[in-house]
Amino acid sequence: MKKTILVCCGPGCIAYGGLDVAASFREKIASLNVNATVETVIKQSGCHGFCSRGPLVRIMPDDISYYRVKPKDTEEILHSLDKDPVERLLFHNVGGGSVKSQRETPFYASQMKLALRNVGEIDPGSISDYKARGGYEALRKALTMEPEDIIAEIEKSGLRGRGGAGFPTGLKWRIAAGYDNFPKYVIMNGDEGDPGAFMDRALMEGDPHGILEGIIICALAIGATEGYLYIRDEYTLSLESMKEALADAEKGGFLGESILGSGRSLRLNVVRGGGAFVCGESSAMIESIEGSVGEPRAILAYPTEQGLWDKPTVINNVETFINVPLIIRDGSAKFAATGTKTSKGTKVFSLAGKVRNSGLVEAPMGMTMRKIIFDIGGGVVGNRKFKAVQTGGPSGGALPESLLDLPIDFDTLVRYGSMMGSGGMIVMDDWTCMVAVAKYNIEFLAKESCGACVPCREGLRALSILLTRICDGEGEVRDLEIIRSICELLRQTSRCGLGKTAANPVLSTLKYFPEEYEEHIREKHCRAGVCGMGRNTEVKDDVDLADIAAMARAARKATFGETREKGPDGSVGGKKENGTHNNKSTNSTGAES
Amino acid sequence: MILKEDKLSKLLQKYPQERRHTLAVFQDIQHECGFLPKEHIIEAARYLKTPLAQAYAMVTFYRSFSLLPRGKYVIKVCDGTACHIKNVQGRLDCLKRVLGLDPGETDKDGLFTVETVSCLGACAISPVMQINEEYYGNLTEEKIYEILADLYRKEMRKL
Ligand SMILES: Cc1cc2nc3c(=O)[nH]c(=O)nc-3n(C[C@H](O)[C@H](O)[C@H](O)COP(=O)(O)O)c2cc1C
Ligand code: SF4
Ligand code: SF4
Ligand code: FES
Ligand code: FES
Repeated sequence: MKKTILVCCGPGCIAYGGLDVAASFREKIASLNVNATVETVIKQSGCHGFCSRGPLVRIMPDDISYYRVKPKDTEEILHSLDKDPVERLLFHNVGGGSVKSQRETPFYASQMKLALRNVGEIDPGSISDYKARGGYEALRKALTMEPEDIIAEIEKSGLRGRGGAGFPTGLKWRIAAGYDNFPKYVIMNGDEGDPGAFMDRALMEGDPHGILEGIIICALAIGATEGYLYIRDEYTLSLESMKEALADAEKGGFLGESILGSGRSLRLNVVRGGGAFVCGESSAMIESIEGSVGEPRAILAYPTEQGLWDKPTVINNVETFINVPLIIRDGSAKFAATGTKTSKGTKVFSLAGKVRNSGLVEAPMGMTMRKIIFDIGGGVVGNRKFKAVQTGGPSGGALPESLLDLPIDFDTLVRYGSMMGSGGMIVMDDWTCMVAVAKYNIEFLAKESCGACVPCREGLRALSILLTRICDGEGEVRDLEIIRSICELLRQTSRCGLGKTAANPVLSTLKYFPEEYEEHIREKHCRAGVCGMGRNTEVKDDVDLADIAAMARAARKATFGETREKGPDGSVGGKKENGTHNNKSTNSTGAES
Repeated sequence: MILKEDKLSKLLQKYPQERRHTLAVFQDIQHECGFLPKEHIIEAARYLKTPLAQAYAMVTFYRSFSLLPRGKYVIKVCDGTACHIKNVQGRLDCLKRVLGLDPGETDKDGLFTVETVSCLGACAISPVMQINEEYYGNLTEEKIYEILADLYRKEMRKL
């Protein structure tokens, strides 16, 4: 009997001690020889999705999933391998009863894993794991196809770019393929700058070969011989994972000189991003790779015509690429069978904020937001009331409860002043102030504006001053008109997507939560209790502290007790007792909880 | 920390002398030194055949670079949207109370630096902070005290 134990070592589970769990399994197997009849393999996998319940452990082939596993649990799990599962670590339904398989939990039941097909299922460091699940078959097939046929297949699938704008991928490839200007380049956009989005890193860390295979097929289709993987420098794990995969793919003959003996070559390089949000924009990324500051180009020609070093260049998002092998291997018809009329396939969402089950969710395009947030996400955490969901990152919009039955795809949300974007979904409850959220997003965008064009640079600065005034209780009614006119200016005259969409967070909150602006301005009142308004404010938090509070107090006393005199301002460790609802603005010590 | 001359030239020589490697070279220097010492920027610009003004433009444009020395422990508090709506300010206040540092500051012993960043890519366990390579999720004030206490203890043992 052979069992595989998949220990999630995605970023969430690592923070919860996933690496210790994996180490403990290895140690226990070596030292205890627990189960002589069971041959056990330990694998560290990428994110299983249900990060808020980490560290996750999955036993295959039985498909038993354990949640919140600690190193002390590993022995018991090993002993149970040929017996009944460890009941207390299983998923327990609200109404009672436990389930073994992921698929039986409400979190996973209505998901559909195409892009995430291998994530959490394999050891991302093992090319043979990837091949065992059909990996690189699509590449073999693509090598027998004419470039034109590859492009036609992608076009027929209806695949659109997952990086946010939803540009038809096949068309982009066709345009680049059409120029006789060599060398051509392919670029993977792994900059993932949207706060609240973490799907691309999950793909890079969970299934790097899936992405590479897509990139190689793209290169074959457009005739590119060189390419770049642009990855945020902060994503240490993603960088390691992609670099290792590159080396293994080259060793396996899938990359480099004469791919699988075909005579076609592709060299791929990794470029580390410098932590500038705007570098996620295609032309800024090209500038960055060329060794300049990442300022978007004023569009004269698209990158598909004059991209990197003025050569035809295709830039696609990580998730776009990982869908490509599926389409080539299984055919466009199968891919196009999922999704809506204009948005085919699935989308990976990162569900976060005030939602009970946060993590990665892959759903067919067209699923309603209600289903994602309430059925899969389990609703709002802490019995608070749902107020809004921000989709599409900082330049998306906030949508109210009444719009939750909208299907989510590339086109629908845009009509309502938001967008699906790269798939971030941040749930907000009634303790969130929508004016403060707008201000937060504008401040983020103002900070990240590259400053090359005036409307964006100055417009965002002005917006952020106006919104700050409103949040401070100093707003005036006419400010709203000024805000609207700046928003219009931004939309019409900015050079790149950052400025063009920057008005969304303001316009959408103005549209769906006008009463909150009114209250701030006329009554100097913030119903969520977030904005100071020069008065005492409650800052609320939903995290339950009781269990660790006592221990932490002791630790604090033991350590900071002695350093108190040395403390920088003498205010060391002065936390008010008792409070989940403390006071923020009256004194510097009274933080939340 | 400033690199010895031979170490710097070894670092530089991994790259061809072309401007497009500026970002990578600076990242390597920052990984080694914790920040970008002026001497190294000048040396790297010369090596990469890049005008110094261009090199400084890069350094000030890309958010991950620091021109000032940073502490042994760099505490990056996530202020991305998912973390922000769970009261990041409360956590920053807490760090301020214990360390006396506002975001962007380093203590005079060079032990701690506090920074805010826009998203650490672990939003499902927000609020999150990162200390050097380690992530800490579901932060509470108590947890921050515990983590800092551990670091202080570790440092005190070394004395
Ligand atoms: C300010 C800004 C930031 C962007 N950030 C990203 C990003 O982090 N990742 C990404 O894939 N696309 C990002 N994009 C979209 C890219 O410009 C581009 O549309 C995308 O990478 C193309 O790939 P796709 O067609 O596969 O989506 C950003 C666009 C703008 C305007
Ligand atoms: S819109 Fe903003 S980010 Fe884009 S080019 Fe103009 S200033 Fe730069
Ligand atoms: S920042 Fe612009 S205006 Fe100022 S010196 Fe440089 S190029 Fe000239
Ligand atoms: S990191 Fe383990 S489930 Fe996401
Ligand atoms: S918003 Fe804090 S980790 Fe993403």
